[in-house]
Amino acid sequence: MKAVLALENGIIFRGNSFGALRETVGEVVFNTGMTGYQELLTDPSYYGQIVTMTYPLIGNYGINTEDLESLNPKVRGFVVRELCKAPSNWRSTRTLDDYLKEHDIVGIEGIDTRALTKTIRDNGTLRGIIAPLEGFDFDKIYPAFAEFSVTDAVANVTTASVKHFPGNGPRIAVIDYGIKTNILRSLLNRDCEIYLYPAFSTAAEVLSCNPAGILLSNGPGDPKDCQPAIQTLRDLYGRKPIFGICLGHQLLALAKAADTGRLKYGHRGCNHPVKDLKKDLTYITSQNHGYSILHESLSGKPIEITHINLNDNSIEGVRYLDAPVFSVQFHPEAAPGPKDTAYLFDEFMAML
Amino acid sequence: MPKNPLIKKTLVIGSGPIIIGQAAEFDYAGTQACRALKEEGIEVVLLNSNPATIMIDTRIADKIYIEPMTVKVLEKIIIKERPDSILPTLGGQTGLNLAMELAESGFLDQHHVTMLGANIDAIKKAEDRQTFKDTMESINEPCIKSKVVGLVEDALEFAEEIGYPVIVRPAYTLGGSGGGIAETREQLIEIATTGLRLSRVTQALIEKCISGWKEIEYEVVRDGKGNVITICNMENIDPVGVHTGDSIVVAPSQTLSDKEYQMLRSAALNIITAMGIEGGCNVQFALHTESMEYAVIEVNPRVSRSSALASKATGYPIAKVSAKIAIGYSLDEITNAVTGKTYACFEPSLDYVVVKLPKFPFDKFVSARRTLGTQMQATGEVMAISNSFSSALLKAVRSLEINMHSLEKVIYSDMTDEQLHDKLKTPHDELLFALTAALRRGMDIELLHNTTKVDRYFLSQLKTIVATEEWLKTTSFDSIDDERLREIKQLGFPDKIIGELTGNSEDYISASRKARGIRAVYKMVDTCAAEFEAQTPYFYSTYDEHCEANPKPGKKVIVFGSGPIRIGQGIEFDFCSVHCIWALKELGYQTIIINNNPETVSTDFDTADRLYFEPLTPEDVESIIDIEQPDGVFVQFGGQTAIKLANFMKQRGIKVYGTQPDDIEAAEDRELFEKILEKLNILRPAGKTFTKITDGIRLANELGYPVIIRPSFVLGGQGMEIAYTDEDLDKFFDIISLIKQDYPILIDKYLPGKELEVDAICDGESILVPGIMEHIERAGVHSGDSISVYPTQSVSIEVKQKIYSITRKLAKELNIVGLINIQFVYYDDEVYIIEANPRSSRTVPYISKVTGIPMIELATKVCMGHKLSEFSYGTGLYPEPDYVSVKVPVFSFEKLHGVDTALGPEMKSTGEALGIGKNFPEALFKGLLGAGMKVPDIDKGILMTVKDSDKPELVAIAEGYQELGYKLFATTKTAGRLNRRLVPTIPVRKISEAHPNILDLIESGDIGMIINTPSRGRQPLNDGFQIRRKAVELSLTCLTSLDTARVLLYCLQNRMLNKSLPIYDLAELMNVEE
Ligand SMILES: Nc1ncnc2c1ncn2[C@@H]1O[C@H](COP(=O)(O)OP(=O)(O)O)[C@@H](O)[C@H]1O
Ligand SMILES: Nc1ncnc2c1ncn2[C@@H]1O[C@H](COP(=O)(O)OP(=O)(O)O)[C@@H](O)[C@H]1O
Ligand SMILES: [Mg+2]
Ligand SMILES: [Mg+2]
Repeated sequence: MKAVLALENGIIFRGNSFGALRETVGEVVFNTGMTGYQELLTDPSYYGQIVTMTYPLIGNYGINTEDLESLNPKVRGFVVRELCKAPSNWRSTRTLDDYLKEHDIVGIEGIDTRALTKTIRDNGTLRGIIAPLEGFDFDKIYPAFAEFSVTDAVANVTTASVKHFPGNGPRIAVIDYGIKTNILRSLLNRDCEIYLYPAFSTAAEVLSCNPAGILLSNGPGDPKDCQPAIQTLRDLYGRKPIFGICLGHQLLALAKAADTGRLKYGHRGCNHPVKDLKKDLTYITSQNHGYSILHESLSGKPIEITHINLNDNSIEGVRYLDAPVFSVQFHPEAAPGPKDTAYLFDEFMAML
Repeated sequence: MPKNPLIKKTLVIGSGPIIIGQAAEFDYAGTQACRALKEEGIEVVLLNSNPATIMIDTRIADKIYIEPMTVKVLEKIIIKERPDSILPTLGGQTGLNLAMELAESGFLDQHHVTMLGANIDAIKKAEDRQTFKDTMESINEPCIKSKVVGLVEDALEFAEEIGYPVIVRPAYTLGGSGGGIAETREQLIEIATTGLRLSRVTQALIEKCISGWKEIEYEVVRDGKGNVITICNMENIDPVGVHTGDSIVVAPSQTLSDKEYQMLRSAALNIITAMGIEGGCNVQFALHTESMEYAVIEVNPRVSRSSALASKATGYPIAKVSAKIAIGYSLDEITNAVTGKTYACFEPSLDYVVVKLPKFPFDKFVSARRTLGTQMQATGEVMAISNSFSSALLKAVRSLEINMHSLEKVIYSDMTDEQLHDKLKTPHDELLFALTAALRRGMDIELLHNTTKVDRYFLSQLKTIVATEEWLKTTSFDSIDDERLREIKQLGFPDKIIGELTGNSEDYISASRKARGIRAVYKMVDTCAAEFEAQTPYFYSTYDEHCEANPKPGKKVIVFGSGPIRIGQGIEFDFCSVHCIWALKELGYQTIIINNNPETVSTDFDTADRLYFEPLTPEDVESIIDIEQPDGVFVQFGGQTAIKLANFMKQRGIKVYGTQPDDIEAAEDRELFEKILEKLNILRPAGKTFTKITDGIRLANELGYPVIIRPSFVLGGQGMEIAYTDEDLDKFFDIISLIKQDYPILIDKYLPGKELEVDAICDGESILVPGIMEHIERAGVHSGDSISVYPTQSVSIEVKQKIYSITRKLAKELNIVGLINIQFVYYDDEVYIIEANPRSSRTVPYISKVTGIPMIELATKVCMGHKLSEFSYGTGLYPEPDYVSVKVPVFSFEKLHGVDTALGPEMKSTGEALGIGKNFPEALFKGLLGAGMKVPDIDKGILMTVKDSDKPELVAIAEGYQELGYKLFATTKTAGRLNRRLVPTIPVRKISEAHPNILDLIESGDIGMIINTPSRGRQPLNDGFQIRRKAVELSLTCLTSLDTARVLLYCLQNRMLNKSLPIYDLAELMNVEE
């Protein structure tokens, strides 16, 4: 079936539909990872987004039952250059196409993803619609762009209730803004006991398990949309050691009166070099974010930059000088991507 | 960490002659590294014995030594030049091994020379099989069950313990030399014996065979601070068991999930960190196909063939970055040359797929065993980039120049199912075509996977191509709609094949396609998948709508490269292409190169102003011309690959600089050429053309035996032979008809005279002949395989004058503008012409270097309208210097099974070394040493067995060796003859006779050299052949021409053995002349 991807600026790409056949609207972003599509699809941080893979051959190793970062795919749509119809990998249980159909996720293939990526790079993130070609009329669908906005993203992906994962080591309270499973696995592998809290829990609720430390997870959207969560962090600050990842990192900064802003087209991929300023070593990191902490907003505050992005100098990690609190913008839990910064979990453990 | 200020003068070791397993990639790496050092103000001293390299150039290095690559020479250079440091990691295994020896002997410490790029410990950890295993164990990285042995007995014992098959992997060797898989005890004895002998430290690993696993490589770069990154990973389509150099390789991996990818990536980083390697290196893994189990195969603690491939595949200049790291910089201080904005400390992200195909020499070596194993046999490789696997693969196939443009090869289609199935059981050079033939007749993917262990993903990709080929066969072209046609082009189908399969001409398809607006567009290789804006003008074609090429206005010229390295067309032509580009840049032209060889300098992204990494077929280059609209193109510097395009350029009305297509044809077409010679009164050996064997025999008798025969228009000069009798001719005809000869056969009178060769530059009016070269081996040994001497040593002024005047007349008549290469034979006081090549030749880099005449620069400039008189080199025959340069061929016979080492009219050498000296014996001896010849010690024996016609000539040679103190051995008849002539010789029994016979003697170790001249014909099973192969196995010198034996004797008589040979800085030597 023919389909189109229409961008709000009027640029239209033609391709073929796969996965669910219907209309979908979302923010079009690109990811430069060459592997890891299954992890991406199920990463809750992509909630509300249509994800384009810059690597052209997608679906080659199929879908397995293990590499899920949440129970089901969270993307609004998936754009690839060439979908593999006959995947091959010993763990694969089905094709990408079947998987997306099963979960009612719209996909489009056969488009010039490099041209699309350049469009996003040059214009900044754009809204887009994937729709069947038949009966497609740009003017008719145009209002859909305006109507589209991602609201309550975090509310839509956070856990509904408190969850407990037993372990023999330190007890960690994890606030779930849309957590990737591998963050939990990273803690469980270090023998932690985990209490997982919904995003909008109060400080008292989070502290009720008497945790040794608190971990703030990744999650979708603009951090400023999460005011109640920011308030909770203000209350928690200084009470326990805290480690924030991605959205957690941004929310913490907002809680401490720093500011965040939107990046032109975000960082999404597995190859971003981040320098750990203390170690004076650069690590290749897994990233997925559209917002970041603003440099100016840190001045005069007891916040120290610990990590910077070597490509664009953006802030990748900070340490709070008046409390045992630190956070990073990238994903030390990897999945997908390099595991080079897993040492941060160990640093967190050492703080407890 | 900024640059280490203590480094001011560095000695860089090149990799020497091109051999299988060590090709142009080290010229590329070395050139990049030298430049990176010079950029930092470091004085670069370079040692390389290979005259064809681009790195040997005063633009690249400050001091150049073209000397044998030996420890002694290095020591002399260090004493003379006093460098503070040495960089050994860019010269392949040769460079690394030499540096290790210098370090271990304490010489480097004594002379305060620091080893850059790697320390001894790091190299040992990687190269010494035992230390490597221990290191891996200490960091919990799995290796395959194995044991390091120094004795064959221990190998056997361990094999019993773990069970056969086992694999033997010698330490410190290259391209898997001496290794192999042993299925049985007998095989193990054989392989382990050779393997141990070839290892520098008599050490080999005996390992459980895990053939069939996936082979995955990671290219890693680490700096002194400890930053460590991977540049890319590569998946071998051929499973473990086939050397990566012989495998079809795809980058990035296609069938690994992120978990697998990251598991191996992390392992690679751990390993490199544990070893403490600084700079680029390569880690090879075996990955189980049905679990997460993996094992480390090996680590190369230096840049390698794979890193050249990875550099070209990603745009990341590994060698350059390695050099910067070697002098102290860290990755976060080096800028990414491609984006110009970001840093070298990042991992490239590809938004395309890259396929590498190996180029095998089996078209030359028809009798060679074609199965692939753990020892590399490819001479070169091609790479292709596209955004679909199928298109990248098809581009790579056409880049190979094996006359294949689709995946359908007739000999496989013609096989029975059984024959075909047989062809699938063992890996061989054409497995790809066997697989597609199997898929074509509906063989199941599962079955094919089980038989070949090629991943199902790749098989199903092949199936798509096959299905499309089959569909086209039943489709009328005009009924294909635009969308489907675009899809087919996106799959990588060339117009030629679409035409053939649908019954149309290529031109028709091309015109119709273009009329429908379906044209190639070009995408950029930018290291970052378009995330950042990039500056690199490095492109590949796709069939999308958006084109990124944005041609720049202004004067511009396209230079066609020379494709993959193969016997007969090697690195020399890359030298020519690169120098042409440099000259054009100097003239103010925008330069564009098209080439597909990832090992070369010409495909470095900053050599030309723009690089198109594409096949060199008419369609592929035309698409680029359509976009770029150049002022003209160069066809004379890229070997046969480029010159083949001349006619097409003419048809399309595209300007060719230099000699015109019609004149090129006149030189290449036998009939036209003969007419010209007749007109000019130039002699050529009498010759005829025939198609029927009966005519052949009649003509041969008319001409008089011996005759030289060859099929016309075969690729690679294949199948040239000297026939002495009707019987020989018969046999030759049998072989020729096996390879489907539709063309006539050429037959010439064989003139066993002195072969001479010239390269000349002509501007249409005047001519400059930089030099006349004299060949040591008489005509009948291919010019590329003979020792070539400049200036000539035994040619009279009259003959040289004659050669000059023929060259001038012929160049004029052929309207040569640019270069021409002519080969002559001087016989019975007459000069005959063998052939004229209206293009640059193999010897141009050599002659340019030893005369100091920048031949390519001059040739390029005259092609662009300048006159020779504008330059300072004059015209006519250039005066000869009084130092001597000798080019000695280098072979890779130990890598190829079943290849006859006897020299003949068909070229067999893969590379060359140059010897420079103040006199002939000195230069010659250095050349021989540089080429790796093992000269026998006086206490060794020399074994002689020569064909009857050589026996009279042998006497004097034998006597000479005998007088020097060598003990002589010969087969009964030869020995009798020598003894009768009072040359004491010990008779030996033939192979067919009782033990101890000749083979036993050779194996005994008493023999230091063999002189064996072949008794004609391609008879792989005769005694001579067995003796020659035995010599290869034992790494014994075996001379197959009396001419070589004679000049070696001359060297020895001049006391070259054990003499301390002086070293010369080339520039110094030349300046003294002036
Ligand atoms: N245990 C093994 N079983 C089967 N094949 C092997 C094994 N170890 C290595 N090989 C094969 O042999 C090839 C050459 O071995 P390697 O040690 O990499 O030699 P080289 O130094 O020549 O690259 C590898 O590319 C791999 O395909
Ligand atoms: N008529 C001949 N007599 C003697 N040797 C010949 C003759 N023709 C060719 N040869 C030998 O064969 C070699 C290859 O022939 P050539 O025509 O130069 O082919 P190629 O194109 O492969 O260089 C020459 O270098 C020469 O040694
Ligand atoms: Mg190897
Ligand atoms: Mg020739």
